[in-house]
Amino acid sequence: MKKLRIRNIDQGAIMKLNKILKNAFLVTVACLVLSACATSKKSGQMQGDVYTGNDTVEYLASGVKDRVFFATNESVLTTAARETLRKQAAWLRKNSKITIVLEGHADERGTREYNLALGERRANAAKDYLMTYGISSDRISVLSYGKERPVDSGSNPLAWSKNRRSVTVKAN
Amino acid sequence: MKKIFILLLLWALPSKSLALIEVDITRGNLNPLPIAVSPLSIDNDSKKSFEKILKKKDIGSEISMVIENNLKISGLFNPLNKDAFLQAPDIANLKPRFEDWNLIKAQALITGKVKYMDDKLRVEFRLWDVLAGKEIMALAFTTVPNNWRRVGHIITDKVYERLTGEKGYFDTRIIYVAEEGPKTKRIKKLAIMDQDGANNKFLTLGNELVLTPRFNPTNQMITYLSYFRNLPRVYLLDIETGIQEVVGDFPGMTFAPRFSPDGKKIIMSFAKDGNSDIYTMDLENRIVEKITNHPSIDTSPSYSPNGKYICFNSDRSGYQQIYVMKSDGSNVKRISFGKGIYGTPVWSPRGDLIAFTKMHKGKFYIGVMRTDGSGERLLTENYYQEAPSWSPNGRVLIFYRETKSNDKGEGFSAKLWSIDLTGYNERLVDTLTDASDPSWSSLLTN
Repeated sequence: MKKLRIRNIDQGAIMKLNKILKNAFLVTVACLVLSACATSKKSGQMQGDVYTGNDTVEYLASGVKDRVFFATNESVLTTAARETLRKQAAWLRKNSKITIVLEGHADERGTREYNLALGERRANAAKDYLMTYGISSDRISVLSYGKERPVDSGSNPLAWSKNRRSVTVKAN
Repeated sequence: MKKIFILLLLWALPSKSLALIEVDITRGNLNPLPIAVSPLSIDNDSKKSFEKILKKKDIGSEISMVIENNLKISGLFNPLNKDAFLQAPDIANLKPRFEDWNLIKAQALITGKVKYMDDKLRVEFRLWDVLAGKEIMALAFTTVPNNWRRVGHIITDKVYERLTGEKGYFDTRIIYVAEEGPKTKRIKKLAIMDQDGANNKFLTLGNELVLTPRFNPTNQMITYLSYFRNLPRVYLLDIETGIQEVVGDFPGMTFAPRFSPDGKKIIMSFAKDGNSDIYTMDLENRIVEKITNHPSIDTSPSYSPNGKYICFNSDRSGYQQIYVMKSDGSNVKRISFGKGIYGTPVWSPRGDLIAFTKMHKGKFYIGVMRTDGSGERLLTENYYQEAPSWSPNGRVLIFYRETKSNDKGEGFSAKLWSIDLTGYNERLVDTLTDASDPSWSSLLTN
């Protein structure tokens, strides 16, 4: 909508200003994208140490990713994670009979007992977010696997980033 | 575990004979004591009887090999090559020719005799001070033949105690998690073995994930985490009967269990709504008590041996650190302040130290500190290792170590290792499969 309006404006000064701003904006975006590509190429598909790729991702429904990823030692939901969870919430609202298990996981670089707790904390971060989007806690159970069930068995930062996750699994 | 041993005879009390030999346990294995373990002598009739029962050609020499191996892995002794022994075992047991043993530089000598008596195995042994030229200990045991390895372990404990002044740790078992299969679908079973790796037995079938087994003080029960029916809960297992039961009725994951020193309570974490706190459950009256109450992760609790304090792991400061509190949950104090983060605190059976895992700059360390956090000492550094457990005399730690995988997940292994409190004598503990989460029993006989 916004883009359309800008294009329709047809008056000299404003248009010029807009054009300059827009170009500047595009240039910055391009720079950002390029630099992001550069770093993501180096470290695989990560932003900071949060996985942003789709290698291991499965889909609950078309366009509804089943998992979200976390930074090392963190259980804070990233912007991407919140977007994924909003889509899950919308899908769950449409399919009101479906119940889910949130499976929380940690990477292998931590002590086993702490990682069990960390996996539980991550799954609950996802649960809390789904609940704020109207999904009843009755439909959600939480299960932590700690570091016991990695999806990627490599010992490298990219593999660990794929393993720090909360996966939404249909329970019925 | 049945108490099978009868201390039959104690005919030469370790009198206040001023033995010249002494092993300094605090200094590491720089000068292990040269010791000769003569094969235990055995008469022909006994030999034949035991060969029939135990399928061992010469049980006397088998027992002496158990002793010799124990002494060697302790790092404090250097068992001498039997080929150099000049005196026959039966004669040496009567009266050693000390010049002969001196000649091969033995400072201590173990001799003994095995006999088949009323369907039982009777073993006597003597410990000799070669330099002083006299006997410093003599004991005899009678037991069922199947216990022959334990006789070897008990003899080692007696020798160790006589020469170091501290209790041994050889007549003990290790409970651990046996691992198989790829990392993404690892199969885990509870397993138990003697301290030296013999008599390995699997206690679960591998149908469900099991983690972190720990003995109770009498070594008859184990508490552990099982994912039975995909509900991670703390369980109890009776080793003799095989009966398992879930501990308490918690509406969420319970984990990180250990027994209290009197064996009456289980202390563990209970996770709910993203928050893990420490709870105890009394096994008799089933009363559950909440010990910590904090919105952070509180886990890995371990009692002091007198039961008055608990050390545990918490990230209330933002990162994993070690804390100590009174057993009612009061007086919480952080004790780890070094660089890096800390986990898996476990109180020494002697009460004076806490062993831990430390993570710093991508490396993992096993270390110890005093119970007030002072005197931190790192014993070993590696790519990945954690979860130390103390030998019952507080002199050795067993833990597990994992190797790095390549990008395809190849090259991964998990093994048990032990190291002396001195930081010396690091050793791989042999297991049939990959292994993790070791826990050391107390002495099976006292």
